[in-house]
Amino acid sequence: MLEATATAAWHRRLMLGLLLAPALLWLFALIVLPHLDLALLSFREPVAPRKYVPSLAQYRTFFAEPLYWHVFMRTAILSALATALTLLIAFPVAWTIAKLARGRMGALLFVVCLIPFWVSETVRTLGWMILLRESGVLPALLVRLGLTNGPVELLYHDATILVGLVYTSLLFMVVPLVGSLESLDNSLIEAAYDLGSGGFAILRKIVIPHAAPGITAGCIVVFMLTLGNYLTPTLLGGKNSLWFTEQIYTQFITRFNWEQGAAFGFLLLALSTAMVWFGLKLSGQRFSDVMRRT
Amino acid sequence: MKLVLSVLLSAGMLLATGCSSHHGDQGAPGTDESKTLRIITWSDYIPQEIVDQFRQETGIQVEVSLSNNEEIISKLRATGGAGFDLAQPSQDRIISAQREFRIYRPIDLTKVKLDEFRADLLEIVKKNATYEGQLYALPYVWGTEGLLVNSKRASISDYLDLCRPDLKGKTSVRLRRPTLMAFALAIGKDPFALYGDPRAYSALMDEVGRTLIACKPNFRFFYDNKDQLINGVRSGEIVASMMWDSVSWKLNRENPDLKYINPKSGAIAWLDTMALPARGRNEAGAYKWINFTMRPDVAAKIARSIGNFTASKDADALMDPELKAQFAASFPDGMKNLKWYPAIPPGLEEIEGRVLDRIKAAN
Amino acid sequence: MAANSTAAARPDLEAHAVIKRFGHQVAVDAVSFSVARGSFFSILGPSGCGKTTLLRMIAGFIAPDGGDIRIGGRSMAGVAPNRRPVNMVFQHLALFPMMNVAENVAFGLARRAVPRAERTRKAEAMLERVGLAGAGLKRVDELSGGQRQRVAIARSLVLEPTLLLLDEPLGALDLKLREHMKIELKQLQSAFGTTFVYITHDQSEALVLSDHVGVMNRGHFEQLGTPQELYYAPATPFVAAFVGANNRMTGKASAVHGELVDVTTDAGWRIRARRIGTIGVGAAVEAFVRPEAATIGRTSAELAPLAGQVVHAGDVESLLFDGANSAVLVREAASRFEFRIALPQTGRYADLKVGERIAFSFDPERAACFAAPPAHA
Repeated sequence: MLEATATAAWHRRLMLGLLLAPALLWLFALIVLPHLDLALLSFREPVAPRKYVPSLAQYRTFFAEPLYWHVFMRTAILSALATALTLLIAFPVAWTIAKLARGRMGALLFVVCLIPFWVSETVRTLGWMILLRESGVLPALLVRLGLTNGPVELLYHDATILVGLVYTSLLFMVVPLVGSLESLDNSLIEAAYDLGSGGFAILRKIVIPHAAPGITAGCIVVFMLTLGNYLTPTLLGGKNSLWFTEQIYTQFITRFNWEQGAAFGFLLLALSTAMVWFGLKLSGQRFSDVMRRT
Repeated sequence: MKLVLSVLLSAGMLLATGCSSHHGDQGAPGTDESKTLRIITWSDYIPQEIVDQFRQETGIQVEVSLSNNEEIISKLRATGGAGFDLAQPSQDRIISAQREFRIYRPIDLTKVKLDEFRADLLEIVKKNATYEGQLYALPYVWGTEGLLVNSKRASISDYLDLCRPDLKGKTSVRLRRPTLMAFALAIGKDPFALYGDPRAYSALMDEVGRTLIACKPNFRFFYDNKDQLINGVRSGEIVASMMWDSVSWKLNRENPDLKYINPKSGAIAWLDTMALPARGRNEAGAYKWINFTMRPDVAAKIARSIGNFTASKDADALMDPELKAQFAASFPDGMKNLKWYPAIPPGLEEIEGRVLDRIKAAN
Repeated sequence: MAANSTAAARPDLEAHAVIKRFGHQVAVDAVSFSVARGSFFSILGPSGCGKTTLLRMIAGFIAPDGGDIRIGGRSMAGVAPNRRPVNMVFQHLALFPMMNVAENVAFGLARRAVPRAERTRKAEAMLERVGLAGAGLKRVDELSGGQRQRVAIARSLVLEPTLLLLDEPLGALDLKLREHMKIELKQLQSAFGTTFVYITHDQSEALVLSDHVGVMNRGHFEQLGTPQELYYAPATPFVAAFVGANNRMTGKASAVHGELVDVTTDAGWRIRARRIGTIGVGAAVEAFVRPEAATIGRTSAELAPLAGQVVHAGDVESLLFDGANSAVLVREAASRFEFRIALPQTGRYADLKVGERIAFSFDPERAACFAAPPAHA
């Protein structure tokens, strides 16, 4: 009897293991192993052709060269800004989908958010470039409307990078927000209203606390996507893009400096981990709660 | 573990550099190794016409991957020299990569018809691509990087003219090492003479960096590929730029106002080669291809496609007369006042990289 | 003093011909009523009768299409819910899960910019009054159903509203707790003296709790009155059927003798009942007899003292034992009509057997006969 239950339990565990095996294998082979390799790479220094010694030189270079610091902080700050903007824009959209739109209207709005993803990021970003370049559609329109005297270059500004990043990230913010707003009982809003709250107090006291896990989840996802984005900042930012992923790419591909690139990669990983931790602390959320919302 | 990383990196690079740079991909599984020749090269270097002719003559199917100097090295480094049977790096980028990563194998000169090559170009590779007594590359095509200008809207004569106040926001360069070399020459220094002295070279590069940072507001953008610049020139956003001769001559044929000039400080002359990746699978095919491309009739076709002159000695008579005329117009003194790259010693690219990063970051 | 006395005379809530339509459907059809200060008013009706719509119009969540709602003598037209002197206890209470009990209670005070110290003091005092002293720091989900109920009421009453609206707040509770909370609600209302407007579909809640009840059906009030009036003098067949248990018989008026009508039911049973409204001979009628209005006897002789009442014969169909509320279902001997009779609380008939022949009668004065309403579903 006891033996039978033990066997059954063992069978269950075996089944579970088999079910998870592909995912675990994937995780190990494509995420854990390369990261271990990168970690080893980042802690060595070439001293002669094909001769390496363990060293912290790569990290020292990062801290010694103000340029890398500058780009690093800039990437972090712009990513945070892009995340905040995305939240600001996505919130009303999510609210409309979750609370105001009925049936097909909600689905339609969702599709509208999804449309940008029907074309590849490259094509999308190149489309932006066609619209925004000095000889492009939008500057011509501005001249036609008499808003500017001559065509202005709308590309290659930080604002352009932000616009592109927000556009790309919108869906990833809307989805968790819709989820958490849909679960908000309308009677809570009515109760707050009934007890004397105006719209802003309801938002601050009821809606945001309730949606906090969704907001945090959306922000984490968007922040990580933005921080790791390569194409949008590079293409839209042009000569001033200065995105940290670009530095990593440059180190790996054009400088053949895999050691430096690996160190940069780990610094970026540390940054995103730190920002997520900070975001969770700030919003008083637990990681497990937040991840359930995504 | 290294293999895992390498595979990932090359996969990542394929994604990052965009699938647009690939016609034919890696060989279809199951094809006979001696029947395919995988070449990693620059765009326009291998016209389809030549690929077809080569297949008819030898039965070998050529598969072309498009790339640039850095990517050629990165990809071969990631695979330890496998994945391609022939590569076309620039002559000055071979020894450093070979010393560091061992990605090429030496050329067996007995399998090459050396008398088909132009002797002067052969001399250059012998000087710059010989490592531990063995030759690692043969010349393929050469050209220059000088100045492209819309002569109706501006008149320039040297690299520093790109920084003139009247051209603010209307010029462009690549944020790559040739630009550093050009501007070093423009401020009256010879960077190539300092190749052997890292400290002096570093000081020179710092100076060049300051020059380019001061000039940065003049650049509308740093172009990453020729199409980006062509777009800018065609739309009129760019009036003057550093550019390759072939692209400039192509634009010149469309619009005679667009002129390619040899700067006073001298155009930078490059020479792209044919090199054998260390773990290529079809060495015999590669030699067949090398000899095939140096045949004057084939070389002339290649030259027409690239818009540059090849290393084939006897192709000159067959060359496009218009191209010859354009060359004569741009280089009234012929091949004098060209600055040929010497081989890059190790460590220099790190110095240049830091300067390039600083230019990029400057506001 | 004078102002006070006029204020006391003025109803806290007045509705004048309030109308609400949803599309072509009229949810609330020109309803008028008033609720006196300090009283407990219930709106009783089946689901879909429009009572929730009416309540939400009073709270301000829905604007009426016509008519006027006045609270404390002031018209509420165009006044937002957060500006009305009205608070609401929601069906599922809608306590804020992101706040503790004290924060819930102090929520409305904070919105009024009451200083923190006073807020805390008031919230604590209010919790004490509802018997939850010291529970302020608990999380909402740590409370029992009854405690949550009290928090919801405290949260509203701490704002001292003119009117407290309650939207079936007992609906989600189990029976035992519901019985208990009924009493508690009644006590809270009399202790605070606040005017309560309570909506429910449960007639027993309405009867137990209210000073006045409006019975609502199809968007209008069938009857407005005290629970006793509704129970003993229903104005319409709907009220008679909906309020309290009743035996309902449909048939035709075979004869009219002044205040009394002879009814022949569809099954052919002849009974006599008091006429309500005008009824002509041959008219279709509905007659109602409350179970406790009928008397049971083992033989007709036992019922002899009830002179003048017709004695009917019947067979015991089933016994419904429920302590003081026990009843017996009887089939009238001739028509086989199923008729419910309350058993006396003495337990005298506790030993009735199914199938046993019994006699029963009822006072026609306590049986109501209405002209049948025009046929509808």
